[in-house]
Amino acid sequence: MENVAIIGASMTQFGQRDGWVLDLLSEAGTACLDDAGVSPDAIDHLYVSNMASGEFEGQTGIMNAIAHDLAAMPAYTARIDQTSSSGGAGVKHAWQSVASGASEMTLLVGAEKMTHRTTPEATDVIASITHPVEYKHGVTLPSFAGLTARLYLDTYDAPRESLGKVAVKNHRHGVHNPHAQFQKEVDLETVLESPIVADPLRLYDFCPITDGSAALMFCPESVAKEYTDDYVLVPGVGGATDTHVVHERTDPTTMRGVVESSDIAYEMADMEPADVDVAELHDMFTILEFLQSEDLGFFEKGEGWQAVEEGRTERGGDLPINPSGGLKSKGHPLGASGVAQVYEIYKQLMGEADKRQVDADTGLACNVGGFGNCVITTLMEAN
Amino acid sequence: MMEAYQYPDGSITYPGHPIGPGGEEPVDTIDLSEYTAEVITWTTSTAAPPGVREPNTLAVVEFDVDGEPVRAIGGVTTGEEVEIGDEVRPVYIEELREPGAGIREPDSQEWDGYRFEPV
Repeated sequence: MENVAIIGASMTQFGQRDGWVLDLLSEAGTACLDDAGVSPDAIDHLYVSNMASGEFEGQTGIMNAIAHDLAAMPAYTARIDQTSSSGGAGVKHAWQSVASGASEMTLLVGAEKMTHRTTPEATDVIASITHPVEYKHGVTLPSFAGLTARLYLDTYDAPRESLGKVAVKNHRHGVHNPHAQFQKEVDLETVLESPIVADPLRLYDFCPITDGSAALMFCPESVAKEYTDDYVLVPGVGGATDTHVVHERTDPTTMRGVVESSDIAYEMADMEPADVDVAELHDMFTILEFLQSEDLGFFEKGEGWQAVEEGRTERGGDLPINPSGGLKSKGHPLGASGVAQVYEIYKQLMGEADKRQVDADTGLACNVGGFGNCVITTLMEAN
Repeated sequence: MMEAYQYPDGSITYPGHPIGPGGEEPVDTIDLSEYTAEVITWTTSTAAPPGVREPNTLAVVEFDVDGEPVRAIGGVTTGEEVEIGDEVRPVYIEELREPGAGIREPDSQEWDGYRFEPV
């Protein structure tokens, strides 16, 4: 099996955008083709990561639409839906297409258009992933976060302030991300006094509703060398699931999908958690950064909050987490988020992250669907 | 009836599944509404989706069915705060949220069920 490389990447401005989902896909797709220096007729496979364009906008069939708009016919195409981890799932499908030899050039574009809906409407579209016994009680993803945060703080004797410090850190990181929805710092007092959304979590513990798109170009390493001397390798990618019914989990503070998917990725790449220099984690809610940093093996169970308190996950710390600003600051256009995580690691490993740059030869992206229902972990290294 | 399934290895799930955690089909049903449960964790949501009461206090609870634990989620009847470790009992509610107000097709699921009342 040949090494899989990424030779180009792009992302649009995240936030409230005038364009619709096809406009966003086109913007990121054309920018990625340009960045990679690849002609559309060279694309064998074109994957589109998207959770709910039909529900949000009434637009379906977007994979064929973007293949036409980018003049990529007759490339094989498919839309990848894995809820909030659609982007990560797209990375896995794109990786598989190249690693299997089925494709010598695969374009992945992820996008979501959400901000034209009210917050309750968007919340309900996302909550429609829940089991009927959850949905009829009005259970939402934010309420899962509140339930889990309370149990985590109680179980591990962690202070409420530690969750707030995740938001403060990621907003600080996002200041230097020109594509981020929020490019401003917030202080801890503002976070802790913001309106309650799902007790004990408050408004600033949650990512915003966002429009945006991101894209990546995958090919075998041998083909990459024909285009460029500088590229990033993807030595490992793992995917796993946990229960659909969230309350059935024996330990709600452990995300088994994160544990299992990262075990697969680490083994595939012959790497360990200690080998990771920088990580992009799925901080849709602040509590998720604690859970993932522990379940990926970076910190002992129940000690992720201490790492944040000690500044170890700051951009200048020994394991920078979410130097992009994370979903918290950058925004969370569902299908684009997992692609944008890999975009950030790509930029970091290429040395092109400008003021966000950290010292890194290896990186990890963890993309979470639902409340840990589906997870994709991707490991990357500079060539 | 708050129907849970029991499987050959003794495990119980709510809701039931065609195949249980041990990989086998269910052999029995159990009505959890006849039992009390302990609050594992809870939250009060103030950003409820369409057709849902606001604020919406929710709890994950654990029943003890003859030594076998089984968990469930539901609203708290009073809408007030509970505490981890509190004992609650299921109380039948005819309509938990307004059918048709949200995205899900009204006929696709049942809208009645049980909330939890502190004992």
